[in-house]
This record gives sequence, C-alpha cells and structure tokens, in this order.
Amino acid sequence: MTLAVFFGCAFIAFGPSFALFVFTIAREPLRVIILIAGAFFWLLSLLLSSLVWFIAIKASNSQDPSLQRGLLIFGVFFSVLLQEVFRFAYYRLLRKANEGLAAISDDDSSAISVRQMAYVAGLGFGIMSGAFSMINVLSDSLGPGTVGIFGDSQYYFITAALMTLALTLLHTFWGVVFFEGCEKSRWWVIAAVVSLHLLVAGLSLLNPLYEGSLPPVYVITLPTGVWAFFSSGGSLHSLSALCTRRKAEGESS
Amino acid sequence: MLKGLMFLCVLCSSVEQKIYVVLNETVPCVRLLNATHQIGCQSSISGDTGVLHVLETESDLDWILSSGPHPPYMVIMETAFFNRSVMMRMKNSSRVAGVAVIISKTGLADNFSPHTTCPNQNTGVYSESYGSDLANCNGTVWNPLGNGLSYEDFSFPVFALKDENQTQVLRKCYEDHNQRVNGSAPQYPLCAMQLFSHMHAVTDTVTCMRRTDLQNRFSINPEVLCDPLSDFNVWTSTRPLNNSAKGHAADESVVIAATRLDGRSFFWEQAPAAEGTVSGIVTLLATIQALYPVTQEAPPPRNIFFSFFQGEAFDYIGSSKMVYDMEKNDFVIDMNNVHSMLEIGQVGLRSGRSLWMHSDPVSRQNKSVDTEVSEEEGKLSLFSHPLPPSSFQRFLRARRIPGLVLADHNTSFTNRYYESMYDDAENLNVTYPPGLTPDEQLVYETDAAKSLAEVATLVARSLYLQAGGEEKNLNNITADPKIVNISVFLTASFYIGLGPRVHGPAHSVTRFVQYILANLTGTVTNLTESQCQNPSELSTENKDLFSYFWVSGPASVNGTREPFCVRASVRLSKAVSPAFELLEYGSRNYSTWTESRWKSIRARIFLVASRELEVMQPALVELTETKQKNISAKTEIMFIK
Repeated sequence: MTLAVFFGCAFIAFGPSFALFVFTIAREPLRVIILIAGAFFWLLSLLLSSLVWFIAIKASNSQDPSLQRGLLIFGVFFSVLLQEVFRFAYYRLLRKANEGLAAISDDDSSAISVRQMAYVAGLGFGIMSGAFSMINVLSDSLGPGTVGIFGDSQYYFITAALMTLALTLLHTFWGVVFFEGCEKSRWWVIAAVVSLHLLVAGLSLLNPLYEGSLPPVYVITLPTGVWAFFSSGGSLHSLSALCTRRKAEGESS
Repeated sequence: MLKGLMFLCVLCSSVEQKIYVVLNETVPCVRLLNATHQIGCQSSISGDTGVLHVLETESDLDWILSSGPHPPYMVIMETAFFNRSVMMRMKNSSRVAGVAVIISKTGLADNFSPHTTCPNQNTGVYSESYGSDLANCNGTVWNPLGNGLSYEDFSFPVFALKDENQTQVLRKCYEDHNQRVNGSAPQYPLCAMQLFSHMHAVTDTVTCMRRTDLQNRFSINPEVLCDPLSDFNVWTSTRPLNNSAKGHAADESVVIAATRLDGRSFFWEQAPAAEGTVSGIVTLLATIQALYPVTQEAPPPRNIFFSFFQGEAFDYIGSSKMVYDMEKNDFVIDMNNVHSMLEIGQVGLRSGRSLWMHSDPVSRQNKSVDTEVSEEEGKLSLFSHPLPPSSFQRFLRARRIPGLVLADHNTSFTNRYYESMYDDAENLNVTYPPGLTPDEQLVYETDAAKSLAEVATLVARSLYLQAGGEEKNLNNITADPKIVNISVFLTASFYIGLGPRVHGPAHSVTRFVQYILANLTGTVTNLTESQCQNPSELSTENKDLFSYFWVSGPASVNGTREPFCVRASVRLSKAVSPAFELLEYGSRNYSTWTESRWKSIRARIFLVASRELEVMQPALVELTETKQKNISAKTEIMFIK
C-alpha cells in the first residue's frame, strides 16, 4: 500500500513541472539545453554551499545541538545566497549565448527570447531543487512504515511533497522576474527575489510546525506567480483573449 | 525511551531513522529439513509485516483470529500462551503475520517440551524387525509432556524475545498506539513489526541437495541452499590408541562410556539443555577425572573408551557416524573390539538417591549378553522396559553388545522441559546462596554438583570393574564435587550447528570439552611451540598415539601467562551423518537433517498509516494534473514574445 504514498508524493511534487516540461519545453531542443544547463548551475551552487557547510560541521563540536542548529541555519541562508549568485551568473552566460545565437542565425535575431530563456532557466533550477529535496524522502516512502514512531507528524511525506511543489514553482517564477529585472536594470527586483527566497527558506526551518511553513509559502507563491505573469508580458487583455480564443475554437470545431 | 533512541544519532537527518526502530537482538526459528519433511518457520522474502497485538488473554486471541479490524497481526505472545493449541490455531489462521514469543519465567507452565513424545523413534534400535512391540514407544512413552512444536512447519516467522529492554520497547509502542480504548478498535497510525527470516531451502533434504548440486554444476555463482548438521565427537581412552591404524585393533577389548554433547530447542542456537545434556557431560568428565589416575597406576585388562557424541538430538548423528566408521574399518577400533557399553543419560534430577539402569530386553534374550549385563548391574532388574533414546541404541543396531543406560527416570523422563529453552540451571536445581561472585560460584559445591559427583563415582567404579580391574582399588576412585563446576556449562548453547565455524573448525562447546579432557588426562611436556605443532620431528613424541595442544596457561599475579604444551590422547572425530557420505539423502537408516541457509534475519518496528490517507494522496494528484493540461497548452497565447 505504500506504493500509493510513493506515487502520490512523486506526482504531487513533480507533476506540474513534468507537465510544463512536456508541453512547453520538450519539443524545442534549445529549450531543453537551457533547462539542463540551468539545472546544472543549480547543482553547482549546491555543491559549493554544501562544501562550506560540511567543513563547518566537521570543524565544530558535534555534541552541541544548538551549535548544530545554528550551523544549519547558516548553511541554509548561505546556500540561498549562492543559488541567487549562480542565477545571476547563468543570466550573464545566457545573454552572451543569445548574442552568439543571433550572429549565426539567418535573420539576425535569436531563435529564443530572453523571456523564454528566463522561464526555462527558472524551471531548470526548480526541477533540480525539487529532485534534491524529494528523492531520498520518496525512496524511504516505498517501505512499509510511515514517519511517526518517534513522535514526528504522520503527514511528513505529503508536506514534503507539497513544499517541493511550491519551491519548484517559486524557482520558475523567480527566474522570470529575476531575468526581467536584470534586463531592465531594476535592482530592487533582484533584492526582492533574494529576500523572498530567504524568507521561504527561513519558513521551511519552522518545520515540523507545518502550519507555520506550508500555508505562508503558498501565500507567497501565488502573488509571485502573478508578478511573473505580468513581468513577462502577460496582461489582463491577453487572459481574456485566451478565453475568447478558446470559445471561438470551441464554436468553430 | 524512543526519543532517547533518536537523540543517540545527533547528526542523522535520514528519513529512514525517523521511521524504523531496528531490533538488535533477534532469536529466530529457522527451517530444518530431513529426508521427507521440512520443519521450523519461514517468512516471505521481503519480510512479514503485521500490526502488533499483545496476546495476554483469551479475548486477545479472539481479536487476533477473528474480530480485529486490522489483520494481519504480528502477535506478541506471553509465555503462558506458547503451547500447542494456540500455535496450531495461529498456523491455521490467515490473519497472523508472525509471532514474537516472550521468553520469561513469569506465567511459565508447569511443563513445556516442544520435542516429540517419542524422540528419535525411527532411527533407534526398535523397529518392525527388532522388538516390534517396543517400537514407536508402544512399551513406554518417554516424553509424554512433549507437544511436538519443534517438528511443526510454520509458514510465518516466529522469533523469541529474550531481552527484557527490547520487550519493553515493543510494549510501549503497543500501549501508545494499538491499545483498545473501551472495547473500540484503535485508530491509525498503528504500531507494526516486520520480521525477516526467509529460508532458502524447501520441501526436504533430497530436494534441497538436488538443487544445490544443480547450482554447483551449472551456475557461475553457485548458491548453496542448505547444509548438513555436522560437528565433531570427542573421544579419549585410558590406554592410548593408534590413530593411524584403522580397523580392528589387535588385542584390544574396550569398554565404552558415552554421553551426548548436544541439545536443541524451538529456536535457533538456543539450547541450554541443563538436565538433558549438561548433567551427562559433567558426570562423565567427573568420572574420567576420578578414574584416570587409578587406570594409570593399576591398569585394568581392558581399555576404557570415553566418548561424547554430538548431534544425538537429530537422529543420532554422532553415534551413527562412529558406528558406521567402525563397521567400515575406518576408526581406531571396530565392533569386534567392543566388549560392553555404559551410557550416561539424563542424571540430574534424581529423587533421593535412586538411579535407574536401563537395558535392552531383546538383546538380553541372548544368554551371553544377559550374563554380562547382569554383572554390570550387580543385581536383577526389569526385563520389559525398552531402552530410552540413547546412543547405545545405534550400537545395538550394528551388533548385540551388552550395555546399560543410566538415567534418573524409570518410565518417562523426569525432565519436564526436555529440549526446550527452559531446561536451564533452575530446572537442574542449581542455586547459589545470594551474594556470591561468579568466581565463588565456580567453586561452590551445589547440591546438584554433589548428586552428580555421586553418580560419577558409581559410574567410575562400575567401569573399572567392567574393564576387569581389581576390587581393592575401588576405594581410590572417587569423584570430587569441586571438579563438577557446572556453572560454566549452564550458560552455553548446545545446538550442533553446521560445519566450519568462525572461530575454528569445531563448536565452542566441543572445543571446551576437548580441552577439559586434555587437562584432566594429559601430561605437561616441555616442548616449545613449534615442537608442539610438529611433534613428529621428535623421536620421543608420537603423533599417532597423542594429540598435542599449545595452551596459554593460567594468568599469573601480574597478568602474564606462561604457555606450555600438553600431550593427551584426546581426539575429535567428524560427526556428520553417513547419509551425506553415501549421498543417500532420503535414507531411512541414517540421520538426514540439514539446516536451511538464509540471507538476513532481522526485525524492526514502525508506524503504519491508514489506507485512507495513502489513497487520498493519489487523489490530490489527479486534481493538480487536470489543471496542468489546460493551462500548458495555452502558453503561446499568453506569452507572445
């Protein structure tokens, strides 16, 4: 019966990102490349931040729980900052790549716009971040037992999946907003993204008080999504165009 | 207590450690096979999981077998419920995933013997052709209290809980999550246990050995499925016998004094066997200690051959092998050398000062045998009783030699816990006054020790007379109760086990007896270590007549030891059933017992969630997925640039 938990949590955490990949990215090889490279950049940032954290842990007294907790908090925030640094680095790389792509194309314009690259890069970050959060939890959910014998909440698996989902979506939205901010040189946007990321990471440290971490994170996710939508050129007009187009297609077919 | 367990690992953030509590001390029941059947317990390959339920009352039994709403159950069985009727009901129920039996003295019934009522009935001497009215315990039922549980085949794992702390952990988990409140069913999440004890062998020894042969022949990485039970017999003699001269020994007439070296119980490697085995071993060792000096000063005409047989619980593995070797002329003596035999059975629970001598009525119909036996006994005794299960029966199967079996029982065993985990020091009435240190306990003369010493003195004197020695030396033969320091044996396990072991080629008890014998009968030599290991290089030493042991010696005051070389005529002889040498795996004449192999035996407890929660999660997924498709297809419209 715990196969149900495994598949349930896997689809909750990765379903949306998988669907986004299949419907918007899989057909275009350039987007796939940018996605994978984005995932790799996130991985690099994780590697560096984990190195720092590992050295800090080994150099410290392992018997002191408050020191360990403090090191964990430090590790989390340092990792957030490093992830944003790598996001910026990836932005610079993609800009350079964009110029090169424009040079070799037939009509002097790149095959992909910066906004699309922003979305794909954000999704790449999100997928890799979700994978690292969720895979070990998923493998343990396959066994016959559930969390709780030591007093932890029995909703551990599902809250982990929901948190992963939120983070994946957030990374996508932040990617869009961040790249737009860099393009238009609006540095307050970057500061906002960094502080939002720090806030979400800090909220996750409130676990296992799931009421304190999950609802606030989703409350942050929704406006961030709206912000990303408007930041990438969407508008209420295009939304209504979506509905009428759908109606028209429905009538004609 | 559980939180304490968690804080032990400070840095672990592994999810697995949040879920499972691994039980360290596991005592499983394993599968054994013989020519026709399999016995013991089996789990599925990925373990058997069940919701914990403690079986303390009859209503609990009802709950587990019929009314409980969360089958299958993993039963934690109180001692009082570990009997045949309950276990058979569990066996026939599909709602039991496994059993964990609490081994304790509280609630223990007056008797408990998982062995059969007629031990080794098919491989003894009584059969259709020899004493048919005595065969299959028609004459006397030796173990009437036996419930035969050890010889049943269970399709679920059965573990024993010997560690009190571990049992507490299980009870706490049960009380926290699984307890019924006012008769209503407990709510999820529930505490569950998973037991792993998957056995590789099935059906019987013939099948298992055939499959092992196929593996060995055709597989690149052959998997052995089962191993024959085997170990070593220990033997020694008052006059050294030439080990390299096999077959009939010229001018040797031998009186054999024997006892068994093994025991068993329902669970693997647990066999305290205090009354069943330790009483015999200790008595024979004391006999040897009493007899040996006199036989060196005033040697009797006949040789006295002392033997400790291993594997007797499993259809006489050790004694059948020795008889087989004797008949094949592959042993230092053969059946023609054997004059008579005296076996020490269970002698620990004598009531008063009585000791019973059992003889075989069928062979006593032969006049010469009868005269010898009467001489051995010194007086007349009953004719109609068969022999109790004993190694002497295997010798009788080969040749009608005169012999006796000594026991503390007349018709059926006085041992109420024959071949069970409860046949321990308390069963043997070995009690020490409170406040003694273990060292003091080692030299304290318990009443049991004094009783066994009396038996040993009797046996030693009888053997001396049987060997033709003179009566005037008898007064010098007395067993010392101090030598009979039983406590050392009372903590050991006497299960025979398999071939080569981790710490040397023989079982630890076998080695121990071998070294005690070397101590009692050997002489200290001044050989160096290399000479001790290769004595054939020296002309004064004879490797054929003696064994040489390099002993580390007693610890001196400042902790150093001075090792030395001991020369003794103590030897080990292989105790593996002749059926495996003859490759007759379905043999009816010899023991065919094998023990299955397994990969891992372990146990763990955890919580299980309700089915509803588990099913709800995929439902959530459905919701998210349906929204996806609609939105994703419309991205081009929403984001033109």
